[in-house]
Amino acid sequence: MSGERQARIALVVSSVVALVLTGLPLPWTLDVLRPDLLLLVVIWFALMRPRSAGLLYAWGAGLVLDAFRGIVLGENALAFVMIAYLVHRLHLQVRMFPLQQQCLVVLSLLWLYQFTLFWIDGVSGHPLTDWIRWLPVLTGALVWPLVTGLMGRLVTRG
Amino acid sequence: MAALRQRGARFAPSRFSALGLRAIVLVAVSIALMVFDHRQNELGTIRSALSLVVWPLQRLVEAPVDAWESISAALATHRQLTADLESLRGAARETDLKLLRLESIEQENVRLRALLNAAPPDAERVQAATVLHVDLDAVRHRVLVDRGTQDGVSPGQAVIDAGGVYGQTTHTGPMTTEVILLSDPNHAMPVQIERNGLRTIAVGTGDPERLSLPYLPRNADVQVDDLLVSSGLGGVFPAGLPVGRVAEVRRDPSQPLAIVGARPSAALDRDREVMLLWYQRRVPLPAEDPKPTERGATAKPADRGRKP
Repeated sequence: MSGERQARIALVVSSVVALVLTGLPLPWTLDVLRPDLLLLVVIWFALMRPRSAGLLYAWGAGLVLDAFRGIVLGENALAFVMIAYLVHRLHLQVRMFPLQQQCLVVLSLLWLYQFTLFWIDGVSGHPLTDWIRWLPVLTGALVWPLVTGLMGRLVTRG
Repeated sequence: MAALRQRGARFAPSRFSALGLRAIVLVAVSIALMVFDHRQNELGTIRSALSLVVWPLQRLVEAPVDAWESISAALATHRQLTADLESLRGAARETDLKLLRLESIEQENVRLRALLNAAPPDAERVQAATVLHVDLDAVRHRVLVDRGTQDGVSPGQAVIDAGGVYGQTTHTGPMTTEVILLSDPNHAMPVQIERNGLRTIAVGTGDPERLSLPYLPRNADVQVDDLLVSSGLGGVFPAGLPVGRVAEVRRDPSQPLAIVGARPSAALDRDREVMLLWYQRRVPLPAEDPKPTERGATAKPADRGRKP
């Protein structure tokens, strides 16, 4: 039970840290490379601790990110729920994958996320067709080992 | 529902279907939110509640930068400070002189307007605001300033800096306001070439150093270094604020329109201090019926800018 509680605290702390890092001012060249850290945290919890982080958490995180960025409310929430659902469905398989293979799974998830945003942007009349919007997909998959390592330290397996 | 979830936890198949159901419900809620937010702009209360939630986070992002700035200010050398003081004094003297002249010009303007029986110029009120160091998006040109509805800020208000027009407010929260910069690809504003009064639209390009004037015909009287000022149409920006200077004019004989680029007067990517502008239009718009303004793309850019 205390493991559950610890996971909840870790959930809140890591989400807040990820959100702050999302907003941290960076020079433009680094800014376009910045991975979607909050989504990585959501994916990690859906993968490793699916019991303590349900879809509602993913939805709430996405909604807060929408408010944080000041974009259409629900855009990230929708994409986050979709990704979290997929990870919840696949978590037993993906957990067993070696790290490189996990990175590939994360890459495709991040691509799906970015594509969903791209699609919603297009529908809502603010298309952004620049290729640099796809860079965070790559960097996100590259930092995945780091994220799993850190999060694994933060939340002891239970 | 709780009992169902309990049982679902034990039997994998039903748990998955419950998961799918929840996913579908949440996706539907998200789509409903997006539709309401985008089409009707009816989510003011939810938006401001959420912006209150994220406000401490945004301040948290701000904290290290603030700390760094105060440390570097504390460590500034005496010589540097005296040099700064000297240059600021010089600048203040210059502005004082300009202001003296401006006052006399203003009085003259009022007299002339009285002679002409014209209405007085638009009234204005400004309030300083600080741009928060929060990166909203790498590609879109939006910033967050530290004034909100508590200070009376409303969407669709002009924002300027010392150089000229900076942007306009879009979403307002209680503590913060989002500002869309002139250079955002989704922003357009009605401008006028100061030299000859030619009216056109300045559109953002996504580059903070460049605006585009895509609707000028090839034979339009526009030259490099022409000053662009806001034309006052559209109702967001008062007339006469500097917007930028024409930086390039290319006339391709095979194209009906000239390719005109301008450099914004405001320091869009460097500024921290901006001014929020309240102004009351004392002079009604020249064309009050909506049809010509609609087609003349004056009402449209303001609309375009306001939506996220």
